[in-house]
Amino acid sequence: MAEPLTPAETRRRVDASLRRRYRTEKLFRLYGLVSVLLGVGFLVILFTTIIGNGYGAFRQSFVRLEIQFDPAVIDPEGSRNPEVLASADYAQLVKTSLRQLFPEAEDRASRRDLNALVSSGGAYVLQKMVLADPALLGQTRDLWLPADDEVDLFVKGSVPTGPEGVQEQRLSDQQITWIGRLEAAGRLEQRFNTTFFTGGDSREPELAGIWGATKGSFFMLLVTLFLAFPLGVAAAIYLEEFAPRSWLVDVIEVNINNLAAVPSIVFGLLGLAVFINFFGLPRSAPLVGGLVLTLMTLPVVIIASRAAIKSVPPSVREAALGVGASQMQMVFHHVLPLALPGMLTGAIIGMARALGESAPLLMIGMVAFIVEVPSGALSPATALPVQIYLWADSPERAFVERTSAAIMVLLAFLLVMNAAAVWLRNRFERRW
Amino acid sequence: MLLMDKDKNVVNLREPAEVPKTVAGVSMPPMVIADAAETDRIAPDTVGDVTSKDAVIRVRGGNVHYGETHALCNISLDVGRNEVIALIGPSGCGKSTFIRCLNRMNDTIESAKVTGDFRLDGQDIYARDTDVVMLRARVGMVFQKPNPFPKSIYENVAYGPRIHGLASNRAELDDIVYGSLERAGLVNEVKDRLDEPGTGLSGGQQQRLCIARTIAVNPEVILMDEPCSALDPIATARIEDLIDELSQKYAIAIVTHSMQQAARVSNRTAYFHLGRLVEVGPTDKIFTNPSHKLTEDYVTGRFG
Repeated sequence: MAEPLTPAETRRRVDASLRRRYRTEKLFRLYGLVSVLLGVGFLVILFTTIIGNGYGAFRQSFVRLEIQFDPAVIDPEGSRNPEVLASADYAQLVKTSLRQLFPEAEDRASRRDLNALVSSGGAYVLQKMVLADPALLGQTRDLWLPADDEVDLFVKGSVPTGPEGVQEQRLSDQQITWIGRLEAAGRLEQRFNTTFFTGGDSREPELAGIWGATKGSFFMLLVTLFLAFPLGVAAAIYLEEFAPRSWLVDVIEVNINNLAAVPSIVFGLLGLAVFINFFGLPRSAPLVGGLVLTLMTLPVVIIASRAAIKSVPPSVREAALGVGASQMQMVFHHVLPLALPGMLTGAIIGMARALGESAPLLMIGMVAFIVEVPSGALSPATALPVQIYLWADSPERAFVERTSAAIMVLLAFLLVMNAAAVWLRNRFERRW
Repeated sequence: MLLMDKDKNVVNLREPAEVPKTVAGVSMPPMVIADAAETDRIAPDTVGDVTSKDAVIRVRGGNVHYGETHALCNISLDVGRNEVIALIGPSGCGKSTFIRCLNRMNDTIESAKVTGDFRLDGQDIYARDTDVVMLRARVGMVFQKPNPFPKSIYENVAYGPRIHGLASNRAELDDIVYGSLERAGLVNEVKDRLDEPGTGLSGGQQQRLCIARTIAVNPEVILMDEPCSALDPIATARIEDLIDELSQKYAIAIVTHSMQQAARVSNRTAYFHLGRLVEVGPTDKIFTNPSHKLTEDYVTGRFG
């Protein structure tokens, strides 16, 4: 045994080691700070690009036109038959109105240019108005009709710049003059884009909306929630509280953990094989999407629920058993209420993952171009992330800002769901 | 493990068991001690008399294994009606394991394997047709750490009677809850806040709440696993008074690390050492005139 250290020597050595300890601590803090800042930086970049690209989609150019509901065009025979009214050439009314404004467009080419200023969706607006109120026939109305997407881009000043640094303008000089004249006359205006929130998909960017995709996602998540949560919680309770310890349970446990890591597209293939090919469920239906996402979410829910059950202190179980509660009563009266916040959090995080999932949905046909807003879990639909994918893939340039806007909507939903998870956890969490 | 090596030679340390004239505690039924030959037959390793005249719990040759570990070794012991038996011994000697066998709380431990004859009123506790729920309703338990449910004070006490269907209406349930709180000496402190969470009480109050919860089911035996180890001396004194009162009605087996507590509350004391029951006897004898060397070393504070 060496000589014991003198107090002075001890102090010196502690001092030396102290300096080293503080240095490591400082360094570690620095690493941590840098990683956090890096993360925040990327987040800021993500949000600025998406919001910068997407905010324009919430406003949309409209052209004010005097539309004369000419009975000779809409209903030449005066039958007022809804079928005749529905199939009439409403585009003609728009064209007539435009020609009155700009009579100088006489040849076919410039007329085509002129007509291209207003979206083909204008005709649908008029058709809807007439069908709702046939008394409009013969009257003249001042109406705001959606402008074409290229006009919209030009007015917003967001025409993309090509590789040579020149704006890739697809409007002719004549059209640009007309746009200027419309603006000067107060006939061209930016208004809130309600179509984006209420419409289904469309090939025309100015007519495309996310409501169809949102409803599709909603039905899908509803199916997922009502299947994955009860199944997952029941499986977790059984495995954790009732299953006898055996190799079979171990095998199941390992496989659940493996399933949680299986790429989601594999679940899509499984869903295609089982739900569509074997059970004959309809393609593109949110029901099938929900079933596939249930398969995908289930392992996550089970793992989170088991962790929540495990974290309930054993003293609560002993207390319950000690007064003579049966296993079932112990679980449902005492363990489950305490584990519920953790289970809910796990379920919501699983749902949030399901909401953002697109790969398995491609496999079961939810990537189809569907204009109709779905009315139920069996009608064909698409989902928000798939809609984003479809728009990002579209050739029309105005879809760029709509893609970003759809991402914003999706992120908003995710944010709401995660906030709900936090709120539920705080709401139900009890101290013991 | 010098002491343990001697364990096999304890026979020569034995003295014939004495019949106590008076026993600690006032209102104690006379303890009839069987002859040493009987104890020799049923518990050859144990000094003193393991039997009780009016036994509600009778254990013969109880063994517990936790996997490879032999936690309890050939224990024979009776718990009599209206008797408080204190189980003492150093940590890890099997006291808690023993009382947890009596209401089958060891069932929850995967690796625990219990063998031997455990009887409650003559009925085999570990028989196939014995209902665990019924058993635990008859043999209540108070744990080391106060563990009220994260529910209201009322719900804590009402839970047991409710799941067992002891009350047919709300008024009866109120009576049971009120009566249990009263017997646990808690009613004056909590009667105005029965709706508040039980976890908001102080440690001593929580433990008394747990006792109230146990006696609300009206058990025949109460097992207490170091009920005062987490409490201060004042709360401890209250619990001890309570044990004294409860012994009028229930058989109580209490595990304790405090020899003073064992001396204060119990009629009989059992000394456990490394999974063996070394000595059983009237409390005052164990503390004043122990027969076994190990018991003597422990109660005089030479180890433990």
